[in-house]
Amino acid sequence: MAVALILVLIVVGSVAFHLVSPWWWTPIASNWRYIDDTIIMTFWITGTVFVAVVLFTAYCVYRFRHRDGQQAIYEPENRKLEAWLTAITAIGVAAMLAPGLFVWRQFITVPEEATDIEIVGQQWQWSFRLPGADGRLGASDMRLISADNPLGLNKEDPKSRDDILIEGGELHLPIGKPVKALLRSVDVIHDFYVPELRAKMDLVPGQVSYVWFTPTRTGSFEILCAELCGVGHPQMRGTVVVQEAVDYQAWLQDRIVSSFAHLMPAPRDLVAVPD
Amino acid sequence: MVDVPLGSTGAVASHPIDDVELYHPHSWITKYVFSQDAKVIAIQYSLVAFSVGLIALVLSWLMRLQLGFPGVFSFIDANAYYQFITMHGMMMVVYVLTALFLGGFGNYLIPLMVGARDMVFPYVNMLSFWVYLLAVLVLVSSFFAPGGPSGAGWTLYPPQAILSGTPGGQDWGIVLMLVSLMIFIIGFTMGGLNYVVTVLQARARGMTLMRMPLTVWGIFTASFMALLAFPALFVGSVMLLFDRVFGTSFFVPSIVEMGQPLERSGGSPLLFQHLFWFFGHPEVYIVALPAFGIVSDLISTHARRNIFGYRMMVWALLAIGALSFVVWAHHMYVSGMNPYFGFFFATTTLIIAVPTAIKVYNWILTLWRGDIHLTVPMLFALAFIVTFVNGGLTGLFLGNVVVDVPLSDTMFVVAHFHMVMGVAPILVIFGAIYHWYPKITGRMMNDILGKLHFWVTFLGAYAIFFPMHYLGLMGIPRRYHDIGDMAFVPASAHTLNAFITVAALIVGAVQLTFVFNLFWSLRYGKPAGGNPWRATTLEWQTPETPPPHGNWGKELPVVYRWAYDYSVPGADQDFLPQNQPGFTSTAPGGLHG
Repeated sequence: MAVALILVLIVVGSVAFHLVSPWWWTPIASNWRYIDDTIIMTFWITGTVFVAVVLFTAYCVYRFRHRDGQQAIYEPENRKLEAWLTAITAIGVAAMLAPGLFVWRQFITVPEEATDIEIVGQQWQWSFRLPGADGRLGASDMRLISADNPLGLNKEDPKSRDDILIEGGELHLPIGKPVKALLRSVDVIHDFYVPELRAKMDLVPGQVSYVWFTPTRTGSFEILCAELCGVGHPQMRGTVVVQEAVDYQAWLQDRIVSSFAHLMPAPRDLVAVPD
Repeated sequence: MVDVPLGSTGAVASHPIDDVELYHPHSWITKYVFSQDAKVIAIQYSLVAFSVGLIALVLSWLMRLQLGFPGVFSFIDANAYYQFITMHGMMMVVYVLTALFLGGFGNYLIPLMVGARDMVFPYVNMLSFWVYLLAVLVLVSSFFAPGGPSGAGWTLYPPQAILSGTPGGQDWGIVLMLVSLMIFIIGFTMGGLNYVVTVLQARARGMTLMRMPLTVWGIFTASFMALLAFPALFVGSVMLLFDRVFGTSFFVPSIVEMGQPLERSGGSPLLFQHLFWFFGHPEVYIVALPAFGIVSDLISTHARRNIFGYRMMVWALLAIGALSFVVWAHHMYVSGMNPYFGFFFATTTLIIAVPTAIKVYNWILTLWRGDIHLTVPMLFALAFIVTFVNGGLTGLFLGNVVVDVPLSDTMFVVAHFHMVMGVAPILVIFGAIYHWYPKITGRMMNDILGKLHFWVTFLGAYAIFFPMHYLGLMGIPRRYHDIGDMAFVPASAHTLNAFITVAALIVGAVQLTFVFNLFWSLRYGKPAGGNPWRATTLEWQTPETPPPHGNWGKELPVVYRWAYDYSVPGADQDFLPQNQPGFTSTAPGGLHG
C-alpha cells in the first residue's frame, strides 16, 4: 500500500516539478525554434510513457500485493499483446525520430546567403575573424601562427588582408542575417556553445567544423565552452552581441583598424591562394 | 501460442561426475586466496569492486561539495575537481560496474545457474581476478604519483588528455590510467572467455539455451559484447599511450600549445572518439544487460509469476546487444564528424528503444496478476523500473540528433546517464545482493536495515538526478569546476545545486548501513535454509548452503523445465524447481517443459 502510494507520489511530484520548475531553457535568440518544438514534443511523448508505466506499476503493486490464499496467474506469453505493444512503441519512436531528422537536415544545410565568419578556440579564450569588404575569409594555416599572427592567417592570400581579427573580445553579429560559423581550434577540442542560440558544435584541431544560425533577437549572450579543454575550461567565456544592422555597421567601421592588413604589413607580391 | 519443443521433458538419468575431474585446493591459501573456485573468485571480485566503489563514492561527495558550495572547500581546486570527476567516472563504469556484474555476479551465478561444477577454465579464472586487482592498484596508485591522477574526464579525449593544460597530462596520471585500462582488459578477457564458454559448454543435462534463467542470458550476452568491445578501447589506449610517451601522432594534429608549436602532425582527435565510443556505447549495455537479466529473475521470483514473454525477453536482449554496436557515434553528434552520420546514428539509436521498451513492458506485465511479495529485493527491482524508465526516456532526447544539440555536454547528459547506467544498475546490484546473500552466506540480511537502505537510496538518488536534468535544460554545461556568473542562470539554480549536494551526501552516508548489514548479518542474520525465496532456479537447489567447492556433491542436477514455473495451476506449491521431474503444467506455451 505504502509502496504503491509512494510510486504515485513520484509520478505526481515529477510532473508537478516539470510544470512549476523555475529552471527552464533561456528565451531563444536564434532561428532554431524547431529544436525547442521537437524537445517539447519529446517531453509529451516520453512524459506520457513515464506516467503510464509507473502508474501501472503502482496499480499492480497495490492490486496484486500478496495476501493469504492469493495465487498468481500462469501465462507465459501473450503474442498478440506483445505485438501490439511493439507496434505502438515503434510508432511513438517514429513520431519523435521523423521530425528530429527533418530538423537535423535543416541544421546541417547552410543557406546560400549565409555569411562566413570564423570562430577560433584556444586554451582558454575565444577569437573571431570577420570577412572584410570582400565578404570572404582568407586562408590560414596552423604553422603560420606566431605572436603577431595569432590565428595563422596566410598573408600571401589577398582575401585575408581585410579580414577583421578579434582576440578574446566580443563577437558582434547583425540581427536577421544567417551566419555560417567556421570553427577551428589551435590546441585542444573546444565547443562553441551559446545557450540562447541553441546551436553548439565542437572546434577540433586539425579540421574545420561548422554551425549555422540566424540571430533573431538583439542583446548580449554569453559564449561558453562545452567540451572539457583543461583546467581553465569554465573560464573560457566570450560574448556574442546581436545588433540592428545600423549599429552593427557602426561597430564594424570601428574595427577596420584591427584588420589583418593593419596587424601585419603586406608582402610585396600578392598571389591569390585558392580556397 | 506456438508449442516449442524444448528437448526431452521426461525423466533423464543423472550423470555422475567423478571427483578427480575437479581441482581440489589443499591449503588455506589455495582455497581462499589463490582460489580457482568461481564462487570465491566472485567474492574477491566483488570485495575489490566494492572498495573501489567506496573510493568513487567519496570522490562524488567531493565534487558535489564543490558544485553545491563553490569556493567553500579550498582544497577542491580546478585541478583536483577534474581529477575527481575523471577517476569517479572511470572507476564506476569500468572497475566497479563491469567488474561487479561480470566478475562478481557472473562468477557466482553462471556455474550454479547452469548446473556446472565450476567455470570451464578455473586457473584462467583465478588469473583474471589477480590481473584485475593489479589494474585497480595501478589506477589507484595514480593518486600518489607526481602530478596526481589524470583529470582528462573519463572519456580521455586527446589532445587535451596528454597536454599540460590538463591535470596528469604531462605527468604520470594519464600514463597510469592507460596502463591500468590495458591491464584491466587483459584480465577481463580471461574472465569473459570463461563466462561465454561455460554457458555454451558446461550446462547441465536438460538445460537448453531457452531454459536458462534471464540472469544467465544477460551476463552471457554482456560478456560476449565485452569481448568484442574492449579491444577497441585497448587499441585506443595503446595509441594514446604512444602519443603521450613516444611522441607519435595518432590523435594529435599540428597544434600550437600555449604559443608553442608542437612537433606533431597528421593525427586525428576524432579517431580516438570513434574508438572510445565503439567500446563506450556497448559498455553501457555491458552494464545494463546483466542488470536486465537479474531484475527479470528478481521480479519473477518475488511476484511468484513466470516472467512474461520469456522468448521475447531473450530476443530483445540479443537485439539490444547487436544494435549497441552500431550506435556509438550518437555520443559524437556535435563532435565535428561528418554531419550526415547523424541520420544513421539517430535512426539506429531510436530503434534500440523498441526492444528496450519490450523489456520494460514484460517486467510490468509480470507484476500484473502476480502475487507480489514486497521483499527488499522486490523493492529494489521496482525502483529499478522507475529509474530505468526515467533514464531510458531521456535517452530518447539525447539520441534524437537535433534534440541532442542544445542538451549535449550539459548537466542534462550527466543526469541522464547517472539515472540509466548509474542508479538503475546499482539498484539492481543491491537487490541482487539482498536476494543471493542467503545462498552465499547461509543467512538472511537484516530486513529493517535493508528497507532503510532502500528508501533513502531510491528516493535520494531520484532527488539528486531528476532535478539535475532541468539545470542542463537551462544550459548549464557539465564538467564546470565552478559555474561562476552566467547571465542566464538565476540564483535559485545555486540553491538547487546545494540541495542536490545535500541529497548526495545523505544517499552516500546511508550506504554505510548496507556495508554494516553485510557484515552484521554474516554472524547475526537469520539462518536462511537452502531456498528462502522458494525460487525455481538451480542455484537454490544445491545440496548444501553455502554451496561447497564443486557445487553439487556427487551428482550434477538434471533440468526438466524452464526457470519460471511459478504458480503452475494444479501444482501443490507455487514453484517447481528446474530440476524437479514429473509434474507438467497444463498451461499453453510449451515453455514450461
